[in-house]
Amino acid sequence: MREALDQWDFVLAAYVVAVIGTLGMIAWSWIAMKRAEKRRENVRSATRKAR
Amino acid sequence: MHGFANPKRFLSLARWLTPLLLVSGLIVTAVALYWGITSVPPDRLMGETVRILFIHVPTAWLGMGGWSAIAICSLVFLVWRHPLAAIAARAAAVPGLVFTIICLATGSIWGRPTWGTWWVWDGRLTSMLVLAFLYLAYIALAQAAEREGVSPRIPAIFGLLGAVNIPIINRSVVWWNSLHQPPSITMGKSAIDVVFLQPLLLAVLGFSLIFGGVVLARMRALLADIQAEARLRRRALEAD
Repeated sequence: MREALDQWDFVLAAYVVAVIGTLGMIAWSWIAMKRAEKRRENVRSATRKAR
Repeated sequence: MHGFANPKRFLSLARWLTPLLLVSGLIVTAVALYWGITSVPPDRLMGETVRILFIHVPTAWLGMGGWSAIAICSLVFLVWRHPLAAIAARAAAVPGLVFTIICLATGSIWGRPTWGTWWVWDGRLTSMLVLAFLYLAYIALAQAAEREGVSPRIPAIFGLLGAVNIPIINRSVVWWNSLHQPPSITMGKSAIDVVFLQPLLLAVLGFSLIFGGVVLARMRALLADIQAEARLRRRALEAD
């Protein structure tokens, strides 16, 4: 007996994995960068005020 | 090149280069994948699954390229002791790991209809899996070194030693019997028809731009963390 596989299901699954993985990585690195830079600015302004 | 190793000069460049690389990378990748999925004919042997290669091949190259970048930056850090090189090496680890995982996942999805199996323990697949574990170990080691105040030379040495795996991945299909096909694209030569090669090279360009943008974003985040921590430490010392 031969398995009947629809190749398009596999193509779409691969594209979904790639799109979610890539967009997730971009969003996470962008948010982490913005958060870290905001923290640096907060620390910088708090130091200036303390002086 | 040494001029951009200055954190201030690097930040002035990275501020506009990060969004530029990310946006252009997303546009180029979207065009390449749309081209690959709508305009490319099915392959004579692989059928429709040939379209998976427009993701699998660029992510495989960038998975290996990421570790090559770690090794080069680690060498620069160990020889010239430049802290920005250590930051660049750490920044390349996350996109390298993500692209290695995408490569493994899409390869597995491609393997099921083409080879009849999700996974085989052959040289290429196993050495690529080892690369993913090396990335995880490097990220954990770099984080632990920063947290415990250990010298960043330890992750740099690990980054350099791990590069041994890169030629093993590259030559695995030549050295050992493998289900994985031998290299289709070598220096200046390609066994791939131009119909498939054009969207493939465009996808390589798009994913590479995204890789560069994520590395810059990670470098900016790591630099900002280091600068904030240094300022807090100085403030605490002044208060004492």
